[in-house]
Amino acid sequence: MIAGVGHTAYGKLPGRSPTSMNVEAVRKALADARVEKDAVDALFVKYPTSGHVPMYGQVVAEALGVQPRIGGVWDQGGATNISMLSFAAMAISHGQCEVAVVTTADNPRTGTRQAYERAWGDDAPFGWFGTPAGYAMIARRHMEEFGTTHEQLGEIAVAARRHGATNPDAQLRAPITLEDFTQSRPVVDPFCRDDCCLISDGAAAIVVMSRERARQLGAPAPVPVLGFGQGQTSWEVAQRPTLTETAAAVSAHTAFAMAGIGPEQVDVAQLYDCFTITVLMTLEDYGFCRKGQGGPFVADGALQLGGALPTNTSGGLLSETGMPGMQLVLEGVRQMRGTSANQVPGAQTCVVSNQGGIMHTHSTLVLGQE
Amino acid sequence: MLPRPEVTPLTEPYWSGLAAGELRFQHCRDCGNAWLPARDECPRCLSRSHDWQVASGGGRIISWVVYRQAVHEAFVERIPYNVAIVELDEGPRLITNVDAREEELAIELPVRLRIDEDDGLHLPRFTLAGGRWSR
Repeated sequence: MIAGVGHTAYGKLPGRSPTSMNVEAVRKALADARVEKDAVDALFVKYPTSGHVPMYGQVVAEALGVQPRIGGVWDQGGATNISMLSFAAMAISHGQCEVAVVTTADNPRTGTRQAYERAWGDDAPFGWFGTPAGYAMIARRHMEEFGTTHEQLGEIAVAARRHGATNPDAQLRAPITLEDFTQSRPVVDPFCRDDCCLISDGAAAIVVMSRERARQLGAPAPVPVLGFGQGQTSWEVAQRPTLTETAAAVSAHTAFAMAGIGPEQVDVAQLYDCFTITVLMTLEDYGFCRKGQGGPFVADGALQLGGALPTNTSGGLLSETGMPGMQLVLEGVRQMRGTSANQVPGAQTCVVSNQGGIMHTHSTLVLGQE
Repeated sequence: MLPRPEVTPLTEPYWSGLAAGELRFQHCRDCGNAWLPARDECPRCLSRSHDWQVASGGGRIISWVVYRQAVHEAFVERIPYNVAIVELDEGPRLITNVDAREEELAIELPVRLRIDEDDGLHLPRFTLAGGRWSR
C-alpha cells in the first residue's frame, strides 16, 4: 500500500539543497500517512543529478534522524522511483522492513543541469549533445517508419498543458493549442520547445507499508499497489537494434500480469512524458494500441479529461514539474483516492510509468482501490 | 574549437585509422561480431580477443536530427546541422553527420563514407550514395 504522499513546491527553489527538499517531502508524506517518524525502518533515495555525493542515502537518513534496516541510493535515471517503490514492496513482503520511505529530490533548475546537456561519449565533435536530441532521434525514426506526425505528438503536449493549467501545484499553468505547439521555438528537429519537459527543482516522497500495518497505524487513505515491473533496453540509442520498441513492453507485461489485469481495464494513466514521443511509444509498448498506431490513438483529445484514456491528469513532466517520475506516482495516488484536481470520475485503476536515460530503463506501477 | 575526443589506448587505433584515411571497427576473433565504439570485450560473446578491420565505406541512415540551437559553443556558427546514426554495411553503427540538404534525408538511405579534416580532427562523415551533395 502507498499510505502517504508528500511534495515540496515545484519550480525554481533557490537556496534549497536536495537534502533539505527530501526532508520536507518525507515530513509531509509521513503526516499524510499519519505515521510517526520512528516507525520508519527503510529508506530508498534517488540520487540527485545536480550533485551526487557517495552514500547519499546515509546523508538523507541522518538528516531525517532515522536508522533504516534496509535502503540506500538507487540509480536508473527516471525509472528509479517506481523501481525503488517495488524494491520496498518486495522487502516488506519478505519481512525485511515494515514502513518504507521512498524519496527523491533534485535541483537542476537552480543548480546544474549538466546531466541533461552532456556529450555522449566521443561523439561530441559531431555536435551530438544532450538528452533532447536522443529522444528526437527516436521520434524521427518513428515518424519515418509509421507516418507519425508532429501534430500527433502535439496532442500529448496539449493534453498535459490543459491538465496542468487547472492543477494549482503545477509549475507551468498555461494551456496551449496545437497551433501554439507547432509554432513554439525549434530546438532539435523534429522537436520544438513544447515537446520537451520542464526543468524543475523539487522533491516528492511516499510511505509504503503492508495493508495490515496501514490498518494498525491508522493510515487514513492507503492506496493498494496491484502490480509493478521493470525492463531495461540498455543499449545507447545509436547501438540499439530497434529504435521504436523498448523494454517498456517487458515492464508493463510484468506489472499487468502481477495485477491480473490488462490495459483495457485501466481507467487513467500517468505516463512519463520527458518528451512527447515517450508517451506515444509507452502507449504502444503497454498495449493500449498496436505498435505504430500511437499517433492515431492520441488524436482528437483522447488523452484529455473526458477522452478515451485520460493521461497525465496533473500535467506530467511537461506542465506540473520536470521532476523525474515521482509526481506521476503521487497523481496516481490522488486519482485512486478521488482527490485529483482533474479527477477522472469513477476511476478504479491507474497505471503509472517511469523511465530513464534515453529510454534505457523503464518501470511500471499499477494502482487500485480498496 | 571542436570538442576533442578522449583518445585512450583502447580508442587509439580508431582515431589513428581515421588520420590514415580509413574507418576501422572492432571485430571479434571468436564469434565474428563487429562493433563500434571501441570496447574491451565483445558485447556478444564477452571475448577479449579482437582485431580492427577496415570499413568498406558503405552504409545506410537509421535516423537523424537537426539541431536548431547549439548546446556547445563550437556549434553556434554551425546551426542548423544534422547528426545521424549510420549503420555500416559490416554492421557497426556510429554517430556522424551526413552532408546533404535537410529535405534529402530519409531512413534507410544509402550513404558513402567521407573522412573530413575539420578543425584538426579527422572525422568519419557521410555523403548520399546517390551523389546528391549539398556542396
